[in-house]
Amino acid sequence: MDAQLTINGKPTNISSDAKRPLLDVLREDLHLTGTKYGCGESACGACTVLVDGSPMFSCQTKLAEVDGKSITTIEGIAHGDQLHPVQQAFCDQAAYQCGYCTPGMILSTIALLEKTPNPTRDDIIKGMNPHLCRCCTYPRIVAAVEQAAKSAKAVSP
Amino acid sequence: MSPDSTTPTFEEIDYETLLERVDYDFGFSRRSFVQALGAGILVTIVAPSLHAQERGGGNRRGGGGFRGNQKPVPIDARLHIANGGTITVMTGKVECGQGARAEITQAAAEELGISVDRVQLLMADTDLCPDDGITAGSRTTPGTIPPVRQACAAARAMLVKVVGDTQPLDYSQLAKSGSLKQTPENATLAPPSDWKVLGTPVKRPNRRDVVTGALQYPSDIIRPGMLYGKVLRPIAYGATLEDIDVGPAKAMDGVIVVRDGNFVGIVAPTSYQAKQAIAALEKTAQWHAPPGPSSTTLFAYLRDHAKGGIPKDPFEGTGEKQFKANYNTAYIQHAPLEPRAAVAEWNGEKLTVWHGTQNPFGVKRELAGAFHINNDNVRVIAPDFGGGFGGKHTAECAIEAARLAKSAGKAVSLRWTREEEFTWAYFRPAAAIDIQASLDPTGKIASWHHVNINSGRSSIESPYRIEQSKADYVDSDPPLRHGSYRALAATANSFAREVAMDELAVLAGKDPLEFRLSHLAPEDRLHAALEEATKKFGWKDRIAKKEPNVGVGLAASTDKGSFVAACAEVEIDPAKNTYRVRRVVQAFDAGAITNPENLKSQNQGGIVMALGGALREAMRFDNGEIQNASFWKYAPPRFADLPEIEVHLIDRKDIPSAGAGETPLICTAPAIANAIFNATGKRLREMPLRLSELA
Repeated sequence: MDAQLTINGKPTNISSDAKRPLLDVLREDLHLTGTKYGCGESACGACTVLVDGSPMFSCQTKLAEVDGKSITTIEGIAHGDQLHPVQQAFCDQAAYQCGYCTPGMILSTIALLEKTPNPTRDDIIKGMNPHLCRCCTYPRIVAAVEQAAKSAKAVSP
Repeated sequence: MSPDSTTPTFEEIDYETLLERVDYDFGFSRRSFVQALGAGILVTIVAPSLHAQERGGGNRRGGGGFRGNQKPVPIDARLHIANGGTITVMTGKVECGQGARAEITQAAAEELGISVDRVQLLMADTDLCPDDGITAGSRTTPGTIPPVRQACAAARAMLVKVVGDTQPLDYSQLAKSGSLKQTPENATLAPPSDWKVLGTPVKRPNRRDVVTGALQYPSDIIRPGMLYGKVLRPIAYGATLEDIDVGPAKAMDGVIVVRDGNFVGIVAPTSYQAKQAIAALEKTAQWHAPPGPSSTTLFAYLRDHAKGGIPKDPFEGTGEKQFKANYNTAYIQHAPLEPRAAVAEWNGEKLTVWHGTQNPFGVKRELAGAFHINNDNVRVIAPDFGGGFGGKHTAECAIEAARLAKSAGKAVSLRWTREEEFTWAYFRPAAAIDIQASLDPTGKIASWHHVNINSGRSSIESPYRIEQSKADYVDSDPPLRHGSYRALAATANSFAREVAMDELAVLAGKDPLEFRLSHLAPEDRLHAALEEATKKFGWKDRIAKKEPNVGVGLAASTDKGSFVAACAEVEIDPAKNTYRVRRVVQAFDAGAITNPENLKSQNQGGIVMALGGALREAMRFDNGEIQNASFWKYAPPRFADLPEIEVHLIDRKDIPSAGAGETPLICTAPAIANAIFNATGKRLREMPLRLSELA
């Protein structure tokens, strides 16, 4: 099929099999390798991207499902050299070890804070629970989400 | 300016341009360094071999595998100073989340007398880096940090000789003074009391790439014209291929089928096509699968097959009160979030493989052996990768990628699926452990005998002061392919010992803390760790406070030169017959702390990773078939499992730093098991710790 996507703000045409996973299209056709494969069964969140602002598992999303939609990957959230506040929070809290889960965690954090700007600890646990970090850096990731929530509050009017 | 001001500002090494330009000479080639890093000076160091363990007869079970042969390694270039002053430190160690990149960088900066952002660390490229051995066994800190510091201290001494001790240190002056300096291992190192960079919370130098997605993991490597591979897997362990029709897969557009004996794989232009081609092969493959034991009878099987039988207690009949119990730990998987991945590319007889391995030089030798080519013709590059945990020591994925690439005539990327990683990577060996002990009339341990069957000797010797104590290890006949694992046998042995210590405390009628302390001397590091953990946890109040369905427990242990004690609090749900871990407080002593933030992170992550093995991680199998090869079924720890965690580090500046990637895990399970006993009176002696069969 010929799909028309907006990827990180850029209109992009993809000619490929309609059933192909979005994850493969991003990584193999567009070389956006920040989005990771972790399980292929929606159990780990490493492949998370934002589709029209909502987190989705790109390994289970077929190309046909995102035709005409706007997709944000980890490569599309910093403004030039300026990290997104959530990226900055993950850096500041060293909320990674191997870092393989980090792009998915960051994108879900952005979506979580969009919906719940003042999350409680339970909101964070519940919101982030679809994601696995096998290095088990969870306490640091919770701290990063908390920092990001605070910094977002600091900049918003 | 970069918003993250400590991000390195020097130019990054580009592996792709390196590849075309570097010679594949044995050892290091002066020319290749000039091409890779620019003109300048190389500092080399002659040091005893620090990687004997992988040549010492394959003692995978630790606790003695690191002695081996200590012959000097050939000259290894450790440090390159470019004419412009850019300093590159080289190490054969890898970064897979444990924090070696930060720690080695700060060790170099410490001795060079410069800031960390002026040090570029080149890791795990077998053409350019010295063979520092496998990244395992908590050996980077005690084994690799010292030679890095030696080389850097020597470079600094050379610079002082050339230009005097002027600040700031300008290493470009040294680069101009010659081309190659060889130095013996005798430079004076900064003592921990004088550390300015070591001992500080330096963060991962390439963290910006981690959070922007720019960091290229092995599964992210893209080569010109690269294709995607897949391998046909047997239906069970030990299954042999009886028949297959490769016709349908071969007929698919752009698909190449590779058959070489029992090995069948395909190469395709995309992962999607590769998946379809493998599915076509699976339909026509006929397998013969031999019968094998089941996980439901595993521990009886391991005991029955103990090689030479299970050693008898040499102290039988000692003491006044007798104690005997059996403990078990399941097979578990490393399940790194990035499954095995390799990109292989041939150029005539020369092979380059990008691969997420903890053992780049071992993989290089395995590749040379598999293809009957000269070791010199193989280059392995291990980019920072997505988790190892002792699970990425072997070359199977690299060899498969190289085999496919050979037939394809193009670079091939092979990424194992989650199911393949769960099934065909090796496992942490299961353990069956027997402990027999006795108490004297005063309630102290009179004799102690610990037998580990199948999982290893790490942490098998009791750290407690016991008059008559013996530990034995015996092999069994493992039903699954098993190998190294983060804190492998130390987890099993510490679990058994610390639960048994709790049982003996009950038998002696003593508080679990007092009982342990009475078998330690006040100067023992384990004594200090226990005191610190229990003080911060509030042990005395918590053990006295009786709260329904809530229990507290503790454990202490040591392995690989570091000491750990943990207290846990659990809450029981009697209706569901389940439990939840509410709080863990851990004290940790690894000698002089090289990086407090990373040490804390290793403890936090270690506690939660160990929580997985304590709560529910266990491989289920029957007749060679893995029955829970998925994240949903295997269920590693998630956010929802997270207890409140406190980590208290003990900084012993007077004691050389030990590695700390493993020992933080070993007290979690026994502390929880003991807390469950405290709450319920039910003694759980098998990991995972289940209150009921289904829980």
